[in-house]
Amino acid sequence: MILARIRKHFPASAESAAFTLELELQTTAGITVLFGPSGAGKTLTLDCIAGFVRPVEGRILLDDAILFDGATEVHLPPQARQCGYVFQNYALFPHMTLRENLTFAADRLPRLERHRRVNEMIERFRLTEVAGRKPHELSGGQKQRCSIARALLAAPKLLLLDEPARGLDAPLRTELYAVLHQVRAEFGTPILMVTHDLSECFELAESMVVLHEGRLVQTGPPARILEQPASVDVARLLGLYNLFPVEVKSLDPGNNSCRLRFGDWDLNGPYLPGRLLGDRVTLYMRPEQLTALPRDGRPLPNQIPATLDRIAELPQSVRLEFAGGIHVEMTRAGYERHRHNKEWVVEFPKDAVRVL
Amino acid sequence: MVLISTPFWHNDESMDMDWFPLWLSLRVALLSTLLATVSGVALAYALANGRFRGREVLDAAITLPLVLPPTVLGYYLLVVLGRESVFGRIYEKLFGGPLVFTWQAAVVAALLHSAPLLVKYTRAALESVDHSYERAARTLGASEWKVFWRITLPLAQRSIFAATALAFARSLGDFGVTIMVAGNIPGRTQTVAVAIYDAVEAGNGALARTLVLIISAIALAILWCANRLGPRQTPA
Repeated sequence: MILARIRKHFPASAESAAFTLELELQTTAGITVLFGPSGAGKTLTLDCIAGFVRPVEGRILLDDAILFDGATEVHLPPQARQCGYVFQNYALFPHMTLRENLTFAADRLPRLERHRRVNEMIERFRLTEVAGRKPHELSGGQKQRCSIARALLAAPKLLLLDEPARGLDAPLRTELYAVLHQVRAEFGTPILMVTHDLSECFELAESMVVLHEGRLVQTGPPARILEQPASVDVARLLGLYNLFPVEVKSLDPGNNSCRLRFGDWDLNGPYLPGRLLGDRVTLYMRPEQLTALPRDGRPLPNQIPATLDRIAELPQSVRLEFAGGIHVEMTRAGYERHRHNKEWVVEFPKDAVRVL
Repeated sequence: MVLISTPFWHNDESMDMDWFPLWLSLRVALLSTLLATVSGVALAYALANGRFRGREVLDAAITLPLVLPPTVLGYYLLVVLGRESVFGRIYEKLFGGPLVFTWQAAVVAALLHSAPLLVKYTRAALESVDHSYERAARTLGASEWKVFWRITLPLAQRSIFAATALAFARSLGDFGVTIMVAGNIPGRTQTVAVAIYDAVEAGNGALARTLVLIISAIALAILWCANRLGPRQTPA
């Protein structure tokens, strides 16, 4: 598994502002994703691990091997790192056939063994019919499988993937996920991959590392990060939250409750340990935790009247966007029942109320 | 003096035509292109990938012959290769005769004339190869040597061939440096460019015209080839 402490600085230039990557990272078996917006330093981290970029200081360990150590000036070349790398454009050698591409990776094996291993890979990744073709004659999915097979042929201790799903259409994406699950099951090679797609994290990752502006902001299983973002920044990066500034009005540990001032309204929630009266905090709720109901007289506790701005149809659900940036996601059936409703209240279930 | 007095097409004007300058030029150009390609690709690789001090200074030094007057280059060559120089003496010991004012000196002149261009173009060709191919090869455990021979060079070869063709065309045309270090000895060191000058001086319009047309045709053909070979979008 990889254990990395990296610092790399790029001074400001004509094209870009100064950027510093500074993080400590540890992966486990299975698939780890590096998640973050563009420019967070995800690919740079990958390149430091693969040995394309030399960090200023720090230390990178792969299992027991030291790949980089700033203090002792160790900087292994990519050839000696045993890190497979699947490039975003696949980087299949355009002047070689698919089989030659694979053979290139197995060059150091004895002849017979090499032949056997290459054939085995071609079969496992369903490339038999196209083994004699050049990369430009392959479909996207075939290129993808070929580049993963090629990386695995060199028997890496870690497989690095740079946004493998970027620019793929939905069927190819599904195929890629299947192949990656296959790699995990059949080869057991740990995978570290870069993505900025949250659903991909859930689809694939055992562990997720959130990067923001060159720093690691949170790490853990995707479900737990979604449940408990470590900060407003993380919640924003995940992009799935309603975030509202609120003020703590009262705290009652005895009844496990609190009251929050939200605009002109009060909301009840569970007790907030470590918060004080008058604290300004950020309330975060996922759109599917909120409920939108027709307004019926005076709002009940934890209901807030809201004006509907816009309705967004999603593949599986409907998102109601209310004034003030309150987003509510509900099932199509749920929405159909209130389709002609004019006046709404949004209910904030007491148990789901969380603050940052 | 070698005279090919009757070429296969009979023509009153070319009856007593001296074809030696043309053959000499082709031989000189071929040899100098060969030397330029081998040394040029090595230099271009060093310039494109090397992480050494003075890389850009070396690049500038290699480009210098493109901008210096030929007489200046010729003077430098005479100083470096002349019979009094260290190199001149070593050469004389090894080959039993001086280098200057022989056709081999014309090769050196043509080399100096064409190699800078070749290095420039080859460096650009090597640097234009998508780095992800080279990086991918490295992560697959390929040595730098193998990366160069199996990935970089094959992917850049069209552009390098084009550069070689241009270098060949250019080395056919050197005049100034050749006349300074190889002289103008008919039948020994007189290349086409020099022969044309000579013919014009001597008022032999027919000879000058013929040679001019032939050289133009060869150059045109080479440039056409070079353009066809030039960098092409490789399908990914």
